[in-house]
Amino acid sequence: MKPPKFEYHAPTSLDEALDALGRYGGDAKVLAGGQSLMPLLNFRLARPAALVDLNRVASLAYIREQDGQVRLGAMTRQRTIEFSPLVAQRLPLLKEATRWVGHLPIRTRGTIGGSIAHADPSAEYPAVLAALEGEVVARGARGERVIRAADLFQTYLTTSLAPDEILTEVRLPAMPAGAGYALEEFSRRHGDFAIVGIAAVVVRAGQRCTMARLATAGAGPVPVRLRAAEEILETEGLGEAAIDAAARRATELVDPDADIHASADYRRHLAGVLTKRALTRAIGVARG
Amino acid sequence: MADMMTVRLKVNGVEHEGRCEPRKLLVDFIREDLGLTGTHVGCEHGICGACTILFNGEAARSCIMLAVQAEGAELATVEGLMRDGKLHPLQEAFREHHGLQCGFCTPGMLMTALDFLRTNPTPSEREIREGISAVLCRCTGYQGIVNAVRAAAPVLAAGR
Ligand SMILES: Cc1cc2nc3c(=O)[nH]c(=O)nc-3n(C[C@H](O)[C@H](O)[C@H](O)COP(=O)(O)OP(=O)(O)OC[C@H]3O[C@@H](n4cnc5c(N)ncnc54)[C@H](O)[C@@H]3O)c2cc1C
Repeated sequence: MKPPKFEYHAPTSLDEALDALGRYGGDAKVLAGGQSLMPLLNFRLARPAALVDLNRVASLAYIREQDGQVRLGAMTRQRTIEFSPLVAQRLPLLKEATRWVGHLPIRTRGTIGGSIAHADPSAEYPAVLAALEGEVVARGARGERVIRAADLFQTYLTTSLAPDEILTEVRLPAMPAGAGYALEEFSRRHGDFAIVGIAAVVVRAGQRCTMARLATAGAGPVPVRLRAAEEILETEGLGEAAIDAAARRATELVDPDADIHASADYRRHLAGVLTKRALTRAIGVARG
Repeated sequence: MADMMTVRLKVNGVEHEGRCEPRKLLVDFIREDLGLTGTHVGCEHGICGACTILFNGEAARSCIMLAVQAEGAELATVEGLMRDGKLHPLQEAFREHHGLQCGFCTPGMLMTALDFLRTNPTPSEREIREGISAVLCRCTGYQGIVNAVRAAAPVLAAGR
């Protein structure tokens, strides 16, 4: 198994990278961590005319806080996120999600920009982006634009990024202090892609819930925000009956497909079970 | 060939230079161009972990990296573990605790465990299992490997 021939560019700045990408009119691919793209090349499922390798664009790897958001450069490695004190403090959900992303030697290479641009429906980072109502910054020949999570994911492995655009930054609103959070997923083996995963965030004031967020991985072609289930908690509070009602609602809100790993019914069932688990754990760690 | 590129890198502390096409996988470059066949090729799509090496100190799959990406990099492979004719303490632990049978996964298992123990020097058994789940072994049933990593942890931590 060997990749097909391609031209290779290793620019050291974003402008050079955009130039190189623009020259191929959609036939070039950006190479980030390579942990999804390289297998596709090895299988020859992808046959780009050129690869534009972002690994030497140092300006795309950073984590900083600005305007109430944590901003992560697209080339920030999953492993860096796993150990970042800023992420631990401001985005504990992202930290927790990272431990579910593949394995150690995948995370040393894999990037947050790649995980989101690849848009695997079972991936954890897109679910976190959806749950936290994050956005991404894209740069192309026509300039820069900001895309909200809800407008980014189109279907399986497909985003609204144009072929000549580079995702440069991921912006996630810092989680409110004391917010409860959990990411629960089921996979055959830790580190495998989720069959279904649920990301949950709750902000509590006693038994009341002032904000609930629930988003899925693996329960449809794109991450799904379970808004109607969130509303149950926001109106009925955080008691067991409300959690059960939200979990039941979750099973009605998802429209999963079947594949070799699981039937649609099983995925729907998991969405309910994992919603309950995620909420229970999130509420348990919430302060307020 | 017009599109051959030069790659200069350090492997196990030794400088190397080679020329290859951009599409050459790093693992093939290590084995075929540098003659270091200790690193094994398994699934060639990032699942099995047999090809895991240290890339600038961190465990990475060399079957889903390009050789040209290693320009200027420092690599460590299983050949670099022995010192002065003596097994590395992690290798010693694998031998002691039956952490290998056929040996196919062993190079990747060792390089993964090294990075795992570097970043988690006092792991629980559960963490060890999770850490080595990055590499598939079809012989041992993993128990010997878990035992070996557990036994090596304090030895490596003491030597640091
Ligand atoms: C064994 C194994 C297990 C895995 N398990 C999981 C898992 O459990 N959960 C999970 O989420 N992922 C998992 N992954 C995938 C991994 O997280 C990848 O790192 C991720 O999907 C892609 O990120 P990357 O940086 O490697 O991108 P690449 O593979 O380099 O790129 C992926 C795609 O995104 C495009 N792209 C990348 N960066 C940009 C950018 N900045 N702008 C525009 N387009 C871009 C590329 O052109 C390509 O089409 C696994 C991978 C392996 C090999």
